[in-house]
Amino acid sequence: MRTEILRLLEKNARLTDGEIATALGVSESEVRAEIAALRESGIIRGYKCVIDRAAVDRDAVSANIEVKLTPKAGLGFDEVAEQIAAYPQVDAVYLMSGSCDLLVTVSGKSFREVASFVAEELAVIDSVTGTATQFIMRRYKEFGVTLFGDEDDGRSKLSL
Amino acid sequence: MIDYSKLIAPAVKETRPSGIRRFFDIANTMEGVISLGVGEPDFRTPWQIRSAGINSLRRGHTRYTANRGLEELRLEICRYLERRYEVTYAPEEVLVTVGGSEAIDMAVRAICAPGDEIIIPQPSYVCYEPITRMAGGVPVIINTRAENGFKLTAQELRAAITEKTKALILPYPSNPTGAVMRRGDLEAIAEVLRDTDIICISDEIYSELTYGVRHVSPAAIPEMRERTILINGFSKAFSMTGWRLGYAAGPTELIREITKIHQYAIMCAPTVSQHAAIEALRSCDGEVALMVEEYDMRRRFIVDGFNKLGLDCREPSGAFYAFPSIAKTGLSSEEFCERLLYSKRVAVVPGTAFGDSGEGFIRASYCYSLEHIKEALYRIGEFLEELK
Repeated sequence: MRTEILRLLEKNARLTDGEIATALGVSESEVRAEIAALRESGIIRGYKCVIDRAAVDRDAVSANIEVKLTPKAGLGFDEVAEQIAAYPQVDAVYLMSGSCDLLVTVSGKSFREVASFVAEELAVIDSVTGTATQFIMRRYKEFGVTLFGDEDDGRSKLSL
Repeated sequence: MIDYSKLIAPAVKETRPSGIRRFFDIANTMEGVISLGVGEPDFRTPWQIRSAGINSLRRGHTRYTANRGLEELRLEICRYLERRYEVTYAPEEVLVTVGGSEAIDMAVRAICAPGDEIIIPQPSYVCYEPITRMAGGVPVIINTRAENGFKLTAQELRAAITEKTKALILPYPSNPTGAVMRRGDLEAIAEVLRDTDIICISDEIYSELTYGVRHVSPAAIPEMRERTILINGFSKAFSMTGWRLGYAAGPTELIREITKIHQYAIMCAPTVSQHAAIEALRSCDGEVALMVEEYDMRRRFIVDGFNKLGLDCREPSGAFYAFPSIAKTGLSSEEFCERLLYSKRVAVVPGTAFGDSGEGFIRASYCYSLEHIKEALYRIGEFLEELK
């Protein structure tokens, strides 16, 4: 039941416990208990809505910033990552393989806002030795949801 | 001036476009319609199948195949039928067709002489009756009953058989009712057919889409294989409607004759689709299982929804349709659907589209996301409130 609940919620977090219970053919209280357990154990971390930001605010921008680090004694990647993650502008922080150490996604109201965050906040962190900022020009798909075109799937309204 | 109506062959002329064509046209052009009306999956064809199709084009497989289809594909079909339904066929006993639809048409045309009777249980998919008429045959309709879960009973079958009966169409799992014939049900049918020369044309296009029960092919029932033409295809199971690929399997003596018509009318099924289908049969059991699981969730959801709205809806065991009764509203199926469309912009299909015995029912497809089904049910609820 756990896998099925996660699959349903991952696709549509708005489903109520009752609706999930109906879809899975189990009782609502079972679903409620399972979701509570999933939250408790930190598997479910939150519920979000997929928003086409550009459609709400034309000036809103995001950037992926490749960050290079020199680990200092007593200060591993985790500590720096946690420090960066604490900024409200930061949407995501990942430890990477390859040419950079951390990949940081930052959102802002404008190009300037993001640029100054990188210059004034990120680049001055002690262990950060370099940053490379890539602005996102357009979003086509996010969280598995396509952000272009309408939802018409090409099927007619009625067929036999 | 040419009077075209005089040119058209009577059997074709008498085949009127489906009575609800007009209703369909309105629904299809209306803005803001939320539909539970289609008979096709919302899932796209699994990626590896599409990829196999693309690769076959890249490799230049752009010519005709053998009339009966690629040997490799027919072999995979045999393996699949054995693996899933425990029916054994040799590749020579399989004909690859342009969708299950072509297979039905060819099977009927191959065995139906003018005046022969073909028994058709209804409510059922709309093609059997016109196909029979255009082959010069006489459709003999059995109105299956809601209290039997719309399954065909031995008694009903026995009553419909005459000296002229040539074939029985067995359309299960059923579009539109979702009925599934269990092994016991089929054994009873086999009991009736065993002493006759009646051919069973078994349309099993929804065979993969059953919930909590396994599909049983009539060909798997003792003494039925030799009198069954098993028809199946890729549209519903693998979400491959647009690829147009199906097949017929049966005794060589029958398949050989059916292939003659196919060879002159069609040449062969699309080559690219045949290559894609090989991949579907080889490596997509997992994808199919996931889709079935998803349909199953929607099925429970929509059935529960209709029952909560006070429209009695039994649990369909197969296909992807709910078939709730709207008798309580006092409206005919067509009135119900038309008024629902105009007042709430929800499109469902009147049960009568599938035969007179569909009166009092509507067909609601659940090839839609839960969110979509929720919205449609909400609007139907509003509609029912306003009817009161």
